[in-house]
Amino acid sequence: MAGIEIRSLRKQFGDLHAVDGVDLSIRDGEFLVLLGSSGSGKTTLLRMIAGLERPTAGEIHIGGERVDGDVPPRARGIAMVFQSYALYPHRTVFKNIAFPLEAVRTPRKQIEEKVRWAADMFSITRYLDRYPRQLSGGERQRVALCRALVRDPKVFLLDEPLANLDAKLRNTARDDLKRFQRRIQTTTVYVTHDQVEAMGLGDRIVVMEHGKVRQVGTPQEVYEDPVDTFVATFVGQPPMNLLDLRDASLPAGTLVGFRPEHLLPRSVFGPGEDLRTLRFSVRRVEYLGSDRYVYGSVLESAAPDATVIAKLPANIALAIPEGETHEFAVPRRLLRYFDAATGLRRPP
Amino acid sequence: MKRVALYAAALGFVVFAGFPFYWMLVTTFKQNRDLYVGASDLSHIPWIFNDPPTLEHVKLLFGQTDFPRWVLNTLLVVAAVVVITVAVAVPAGYSLARLAGRWGERMGMGIFFTYLIPPTLLFVPFSRLVSLLGLQNSLASLILIYPTMTIPFCTWLVMGFLRSVPWEIEEQAMIDGYSRLAVILKVAPRLIVPGILTVVVFSFTLVMQEFVYALTFISSVEKMTVSLGVPIALVRGDVYHWGALMAAALFISIPLAIVYNLFIDRFIQGFTMGAVKG
Amino acid sequence: MTPRRTLADREEVLGGVMLAPALAYVILLVGVPFVLAIVLSFSDATAGSLRFGWAGLRNYAAILADPIFLRALRNTAVVTIGSQVLVVVLATAAAQVFRTTFRGKRFARFVLLLPWAVPVSLAAIAWTWIFDSTFSVINWTLKAAGLLHGWLYWLGEPGLALLAIIIVQAWRIFPFATVIVLAGLSSIPQEIVEAAIVDGAGFWRRLFQVELPLLLPVVTVAVLFGVVYTATDLGVVYILTGGGPANTTHVLPTLAFQRGILGADLGQGAAIAVFLLPFLIVVAIAMLRLARRAEVGAR
Repeated sequence: MAGIEIRSLRKQFGDLHAVDGVDLSIRDGEFLVLLGSSGSGKTTLLRMIAGLERPTAGEIHIGGERVDGDVPPRARGIAMVFQSYALYPHRTVFKNIAFPLEAVRTPRKQIEEKVRWAADMFSITRYLDRYPRQLSGGERQRVALCRALVRDPKVFLLDEPLANLDAKLRNTARDDLKRFQRRIQTTTVYVTHDQVEAMGLGDRIVVMEHGKVRQVGTPQEVYEDPVDTFVATFVGQPPMNLLDLRDASLPAGTLVGFRPEHLLPRSVFGPGEDLRTLRFSVRRVEYLGSDRYVYGSVLESAAPDATVIAKLPANIALAIPEGETHEFAVPRRLLRYFDAATGLRRPP
Repeated sequence: MKRVALYAAALGFVVFAGFPFYWMLVTTFKQNRDLYVGASDLSHIPWIFNDPPTLEHVKLLFGQTDFPRWVLNTLLVVAAVVVITVAVAVPAGYSLARLAGRWGERMGMGIFFTYLIPPTLLFVPFSRLVSLLGLQNSLASLILIYPTMTIPFCTWLVMGFLRSVPWEIEEQAMIDGYSRLAVILKVAPRLIVPGILTVVVFSFTLVMQEFVYALTFISSVEKMTVSLGVPIALVRGDVYHWGALMAAALFISIPLAIVYNLFIDRFIQGFTMGAVKG
Repeated sequence: MTPRRTLADREEVLGGVMLAPALAYVILLVGVPFVLAIVLSFSDATAGSLRFGWAGLRNYAAILADPIFLRALRNTAVVTIGSQVLVVVLATAAAQVFRTTFRGKRFARFVLLLPWAVPVSLAAIAWTWIFDSTFSVINWTLKAAGLLHGWLYWLGEPGLALLAIIIVQAWRIFPFATVIVLAGLSSIPQEIVEAAIVDGAGFWRRLFQVELPLLLPVVTVAVLFGVVYTATDLGVVYILTGGGPANTTHVLPTLAFQRGILGADLGQGAAIAVFLLPFLIVVAIAMLRLARRAEVGAR
């Protein structure tokens, strides 16, 4: 068990700054998610922790020991699961799981016990004699996790391990993964571009963009208190609405942000609530079963054409005719303010 | 109508490509009196067997010429060149694809370009080099020189092949507790097997086909390879034994063509150098 | 204590060690002889002795004044261009046929590849027999079909002999080109072709306005290799005509062989072979540009 310290870490590929000065402190036993779009540097960061890429500059400490310069991947006490699972195609499931144990010359009997224990944990015991090509995607993923587990690693590194599963399977696999991590309490770094995965799995989320960390925080912090407009629009689906309301009480160049689920018809709020009302010109209503998405524009906005989305839960049965302007409102405590020029948060 | 045109075109190409081989076949098994009838005699159709087929030319080829000897020589050279090529080109291709980093690609292309330098440009200096080494008129000279043709192309083939094999399995092994060297020795070979097979076949066919260096270095009949001996030494004085000649050509071509057919797509990937995406 | 990186972990070291033999082979046995080929062309070296004297441009002056050499140079160009034109036409046509499915395609493909698989020298000897002055099956067939009234001495007349050489070179290389073009065809996204069909483009418009432009890089690759294989080939001419009749059908490789090896004048042989370089340099540059484009396209 060990935490990870990362200090001013950089990685350059030619002119490209893949990772551009990252400081990060990962606590012992924590489930940390690196969230970003492709090219944000999240995978490069993970690969540097694993020792598969050498940093251009900066330090990595695992369990208090500095590893960035001279410690090869095998000696870092890590285990990794790749997106493709990287199973050895010519070895059976048993021999795949046994492979890390063979590397450290574990006695045969112990290997046997350990593989069975791990296979049991992921309920893949009956596949042990099969080859990877004979398994489904979900089964392969569990074999890869098994193989990672038997090393008794100090740290798990997972690179989009659910991306190759179909959508139905992904939910249960996510749940399995989280329960498994809670049970074994091993520090885990998990890379994904899928914010739902990030929110569901992470104790904390690291939002990355262009090789830099934009925000670190619990899922709730990242969602409710985004530090800048990038995080505000990257996390959450549909994204946060950002408008310049030309409000005289605010400094010039302030963007007001609010989540689509907080923009509701004026009439549904109680009397005591401190509200910011908005005239919402509705273009189109999308019925999605559990929700309705209302697309339109806000007349107070400096850019009256910009699309604003409201997300109405099914329990609001109010009719919203298309093509008309309605009174909508957002509770003031849920408004967030950003500097239009820098994108950074501003105090209200 | 379209189908008819298609079959006609296909037939046309097959006839053009295959007719010399048909001619080899017919000549091999024809009796001499059926074979040597001047083409101005329009009543005698040369395309068919006018007399019963015979094995006389085949017997001559295997019994009274050095052909079996040449086959042995060729196989010896093939075996040695294949071993050298695999031993040299496979590690080099791996190194360029996996270990050399950013300049691997360029270096690989540089090595590949030496494949374009033809034997006909190099045989003059090689004739001097070979005599300096005292290897003239020996199979050893061929074993030394042939890898200059196989290594560049095969290094490129292996490099290209490895690029289509994901890294991740080898990286996984490094994380699973193995050193880089252990990965190369224990994990990589199993992943490269198809690439190695391609290298073997390419070297094999190239050595079978080579003519220029053999012609330059080898002067005595008993040291010749098939591709040299058949056209040069089966001709006795001015007399061509066409039956035996064509028999030899046929027996070498057909197995080679079968092997080629199985591997052509792999070679083509090497030749097209990324201009074609698989 | 955690183990540190050992030699077995150092990628640069391992990479260097694994690459070294290939690099040594290429440098010592291709690079050095290549330089030697050029050096020899400025020398009066002969095969008989190991003496080596500087001859300046004398070899070049001698061959440039030699009508046989000039003829060989011209023949090389004529054979290369002539055969490659044939190859492009045949290969694009054959690729159109072989991309479809038809009965017996596997066998047809096998036969199509035969010319490329067979050793050059054996193919050349078979063609020598086909073009034989007395027994030529071609002459018989032309006569039987009523197309020929006199007699064609295929390998005995300079013009006919060059034609024969062009035919054999095209025959031997078009299967290879066909397979390359086929690989190119299969890599054209099917959607593009289907989009063209939906847009109402007929077969010919599709061929000339959609497929051929997309195929251009691949066809170029085929032609470039074809140029190298034909311009530098010794076997076909050596066996078919031996440069005859009366030294009229020599190409650069056969003349270099005759002067340098048979005539033992290494200097002159090397100088003749050096004239292959322009062909090769053009090819190399074209390939580099193509490769760069492919690299850019891949990103």
